[in-house]
Amino acid sequence: MSQSTLSIKVEFGGGLELLFSNQRSHKVSLPSHVPTAPPDANTTSEQGKKESGRPADITYLMYWMRDNLLKEREELFIENGTVRPGILVLVNDTDWELEGEGEYVLQDGDEIVFISTLHGG
Amino acid sequence: MAPRNCALCKVSRAILKRPKTGQQICKECFFHVFETEVHNTITEANLFKLGDRVAIGASGGKDSTVLAYVMKTLNERYSYGLNLFLLSIDEGITGYRDDSLETVKRNQEQYKMPLKILSYDELYGWTMDAIVAQIGTKNNCTFCGVFRRQALDRGAVMLEVDHIVTGHNADDIAETVLMNIMRGDIARLGRCTSICTQGEDTIKRSKPFKYAYEKEIVMYAYFKKLDYFSTECIYSPEAYRGHARVFLKDLEAARPSTIIDIIHSGEAFEVKEEVKAVQKAQQTCRRCGYMSSNDLCKACTLLEGLERGAAAIAVTDKARRKLVTMEGGTIDTMRTIPYFQLPSHKAGVNSSGLASSSS
Ligand SMILES: [Zn+2]
Ligand SMILES: [Zn+2]
Repeated sequence: MSQSTLSIKVEFGGGLELLFSNQRSHKVSLPSHVPTAPPDANTTSEQGKKESGRPADITYLMYWMRDNLLKEREELFIENGTVRPGILVLVNDTDWELEGEGEYVLQDGDEIVFISTLHGG
Repeated sequence: MAPRNCALCKVSRAILKRPKTGQQICKECFFHVFETEVHNTITEANLFKLGDRVAIGASGGKDSTVLAYVMKTLNERYSYGLNLFLLSIDEGITGYRDDSLETVKRNQEQYKMPLKILSYDELYGWTMDAIVAQIGTKNNCTFCGVFRRQALDRGAVMLEVDHIVTGHNADDIAETVLMNIMRGDIARLGRCTSICTQGEDTIKRSKPFKYAYEKEIVMYAYFKKLDYFSTECIYSPEAYRGHARVFLKDLEAARPSTIIDIIHSGEAFEVKEEVKAVQKAQQTCRRCGYMSSNDLCKACTLLEGLERGAAAIAVTDKARRKLVTMEGGTIDTMRTIPYFQLPSHKAGVNSSGLASSSS
């Protein structure tokens, strides 16, 4: 199994950055494959559904972000194993609904944008 | 996943799945269909006529920022011949409205539209910060809603505009339909879906984004790199609306047409005449001249409550009547709102309801 890491640029918009130290842009490095031991004991149940060792996808990135970047109120970001309804996700400036959503397999250098639509008019 | 081509032009790579239709389209086609649909909404409802002066209710948030941009674009593209203005209400909320007003000021430069900012402080003598300091955060959204509505109308009179457009989108309207159903407010149900409220007798208000999905508005702002402000009001928004919103988003995730279906349901409710009759006839407020269904308008009633330091009781209708009857004379030092007068060509008997749709 590969030990290499992926460099991913993560951006937030629409107020979602408030959950992530109020920082809109993050450069992150994460394993290119889901580690055998989950990064955190809490993730076992959710991630147990999918075998470890699979290539890192957006679902893995979301849990990785929750464990490494999220500062508060997880329920405003993740709900039922995906992003909370009302959060838009773009993969390299394309709607993730065209890219397989959470199952999109990350490539080195990808830019993933999360935008909340729930804040203010 | 292999890149897919746009369902419309068949040439460029698709970047968006439309929530309304499920179509996969490219960026240029998305801009084009989004703008064209708003244009169709405007022309089908005959919202404007040549030479109209139109104020865009601008909060600095995504909806009104996109609305200002699209109104400017369509006005030029289709020669509507409109004079467009930005109208912002400063509720006086430190760290929230002061920041979003900076966004509106930048929009003024970017879109070359004159901007009028009217504050609660200058109009009512109270900022929301001061109101919350006095009454706490339980009923503050009631005050803010009543004050904002009247402030927008008064700002519109100052700008001498014929028409106010607001950024309410399809999601907002569906949410309001749900809330009116859950509250049993049937009289308001039909009105909240109408694209245009209050006809010839007062300042017209309309919602050119009535059929625009929130997802597309946010995507439009993202791809056009529009400058908007997004932070929740620090005085916690109405919890009930928040629940309705989350519920709606959950429904939409299961079935994307939910939003439009709910709007159509709202439109399909025909309110019988007997129900309509229950809505009180409109008159003008004895103290400030604003449209009102009571002797005193809601803003004057709330303001009087604040001034008497008894604001908490002034929220319900029952309490309002009590306040009106018990008032012998107003406190001498009490602040009141400047007298409201519609431009002469619009003055007339007001018969329509003081509809409040959403936010
Ligand atoms: Zn296209
Ligand atoms: Zn009044």
